[in-house]
Amino acid sequence: MDVLALSRIQFAVTAMFHFLFVPLTLGLSILVAYMESRYVATRDGMYLRMTKFWGRLFLINFALGVATGLSLQFQLGMNWGEYSRYVGDIFAVPLAIEALLAFFLEATFIGLWIFGWKRVSPRLHALSIWIVALATNMSALWILLANGWMQHPVGYVLRNNRAELTDFLALITSGYGWLKFFHTILAGYVVAAFFVMAISAWHLLRKNHLPLFKESFRIGATFGLVSALLVVLVGDFHGAEVGKAQPAKLAAMESLWETQRAVPFYLILVPDPQKERNALELLGIPKMVSFLAFKDGNAEVKGLKDFPRDERPPVWATYVGFRLMVGLGGLFILLSALAAFLSWKDLLERYPLFLKVLLLALPLPYLAGELGWIVAEVGRQPWIVYGVLKTSAAASRGVSALQAVVSLAGFMILYGFLGAVNFYLLAKYARKGPEA
Amino acid sequence: MMDYQSLWFFLWAVLWAAYFFLDGFDLGVGILHPFLARNDLEKRLVMNSIGPVWDGNKVWLVTAAGVTFAAFPAAFVVIFSAFYFPLLLILFGLIIRGIALEFRNKSESRAWRRGWDLAFFLGSLTPAFLFGVIFGNLFQGLPLNDQGYQGSAASLCNRYSLMTGLMFVVMLTVHGAHWVAVKTGDDLVGARLGRFAPRAWVLLVVTVALFFVNTAFATSLFANYLDNYVLLVLPAGVMLSLLAMGMEVLKRNYRPAFFASGAAVVLIVLTGFAGLYPLLVPARPDAIHSLTIFNSAASAYTLKILTVVAVVFVPLVAAYQIWVYRIFRGPVTGEDMENKEAY
Repeated sequence: MDVLALSRIQFAVTAMFHFLFVPLTLGLSILVAYMESRYVATRDGMYLRMTKFWGRLFLINFALGVATGLSLQFQLGMNWGEYSRYVGDIFAVPLAIEALLAFFLEATFIGLWIFGWKRVSPRLHALSIWIVALATNMSALWILLANGWMQHPVGYVLRNNRAELTDFLALITSGYGWLKFFHTILAGYVVAAFFVMAISAWHLLRKNHLPLFKESFRIGATFGLVSALLVVLVGDFHGAEVGKAQPAKLAAMESLWETQRAVPFYLILVPDPQKERNALELLGIPKMVSFLAFKDGNAEVKGLKDFPRDERPPVWATYVGFRLMVGLGGLFILLSALAAFLSWKDLLERYPLFLKVLLLALPLPYLAGELGWIVAEVGRQPWIVYGVLKTSAAASRGVSALQAVVSLAGFMILYGFLGAVNFYLLAKYARKGPEA
Repeated sequence: MMDYQSLWFFLWAVLWAAYFFLDGFDLGVGILHPFLARNDLEKRLVMNSIGPVWDGNKVWLVTAAGVTFAAFPAAFVVIFSAFYFPLLLILFGLIIRGIALEFRNKSESRAWRRGWDLAFFLGSLTPAFLFGVIFGNLFQGLPLNDQGYQGSAASLCNRYSLMTGLMFVVMLTVHGAHWVAVKTGDDLVGARLGRFAPRAWVLLVVTVALFFVNTAFATSLFANYLDNYVLLVLPAGVMLSLLAMGMEVLKRNYRPAFFASGAAVVLIVLTGFAGLYPLLVPARPDAIHSLTIFNSAASAYTLKILTVVAVVFVPLVAAYQIWVYRIFRGPVTGEDMENKEAY
């Protein structure tokens, strides 16, 4: 394999691994902050134990998220030299701002939160986790504005043999970037909500600390329902944005080959990229794709055949990733609506089977998040910056295949080990329950 | 009036200096950890001494690397791909040391704790040494032509860069020792440090002296100093801070000794950078391929945006970090150690 392929695998592995931890951080920081605020407001010891229980799980996960973030920044220089040289004038700006505005806040105030229980007032202590939550979500904004620019480049000009920034305001007000931001943080909130519900369900099934876990479950379910509804709604806006900015990705998401009007949505569809058609199309909902993409059932949607073969994204990964993600999004709404209803009516203990389902559902929001990234990144291929730079021209010159093999192997071994340790610790402390 | 490229070279240097001042003592604490702490309680004490602050300190690296990328993209690319293996190892080191700090106390098992102790040590030693190796190579210049970097991983290991790596290890270890001394007060660890610190000071003076002599022979850094005598305040400051450090260490005044070692770290780093200016990566053998602050800078517009952001936020960050340092000032207390979330 060549350096390019190895670098692509390495970035995919390290980014997807990083994104196992980020979504939970985004949502659980807010939930823990809410719990601690309840404690400060009510001085009810249950909320303090709740804060410490979920806070510990938050910190285990947070450590991995922080540690694995740096790898991505370093790889931009190590493996993606031509990319970074070509677009650094733009792409690196939100990254630098992310460090200055978000990472410093996050890292400084997490230290205050972990070690400051006896050193600052309860109010200030709760404020510090709110600052962490804000900073974490703010860092998501800057990194997604950067990614949004790769998806839909704005505010630049090609000059001096590279892309140069000409309009910072266009970069930071990019609709594409903001929609990606909301879609991603809301997906993170769904992860956190299902995490809290699943672990609470485990304890509720065993009748451990009933009031604490019922309340945790209720908080998780409420947060989950709101987030699941919003993530789908924002996803719908985002899909429309994709249709305008990256028609080839939209065509791959729907596996649409011929340009046509009033495109139906087939519930069962099997692509056949070899023959440039679909092997099977069943149960069509008329005009649905046109309507979802352009809010007009008769709108024309461009098919894959309208793009040269070497400018089409891989259809299978994009199509399956999108379908599964959307299906899961629907499932999250159903599950969290039911969960919210049962927990608000205090009926949870009567439905142990439902609690077991929620326990088993824990990996699904993680899966949905990773699938979303597959749609976003695989669906943008062969471009690394849509319409500006191809992935094939983006790797570093002067890095050997040997170097890339060694680093990829190193990442896989280290990350495999860290993933196992993290899973072990989360399971251990989730089972152990709150301190008396 | 200074041009934006020079301003950003200056800020770039300051960010790296801030990183080595701050995370420098964290790394030093990690290197000292196995030698200084003899039992579990002492090991925890040493780790907790940097507990509330190390994560915030590490962000100065993210920022310094991010600014290298944003202000000088072409140099970022050459530096990061040329130092592929050293940076990979630094990355792995920083990852396992961060995880070691967070996870060590999450199990009572002896094997578990020993394993993370080793990770904390290696994860501190590796970056300290390899950052020195990287800067040593940058100070000497890299084999560059119009195709980019022409060296190999082996050519990065030369006498000068290895010496610089060694000096970084000694320098950061001394800096870390002063930090632990301030943070542990008069207990056993403190007594051990009292014996260690003067010897470490002698070793530091020797390695820094060797570094300066080697630099004169192996690099062109001092050319700038001959052109502009004002710059000599930097190496003079290094000598003064070493001198002050020695006197304070003998008097066991570790707080001033810590600031003196910090000043030495900052001034040594700045001495190197001032010698590089206006180059970012000198090219060997043909200087025409050097990366300068002009041929590798971002556009003037981007530098302007970055300047506004930095002018507003760097002081703000410094202010709240100092505020948090003040909240945790003084030695680590028994109450701190009882905190279940402490290390």
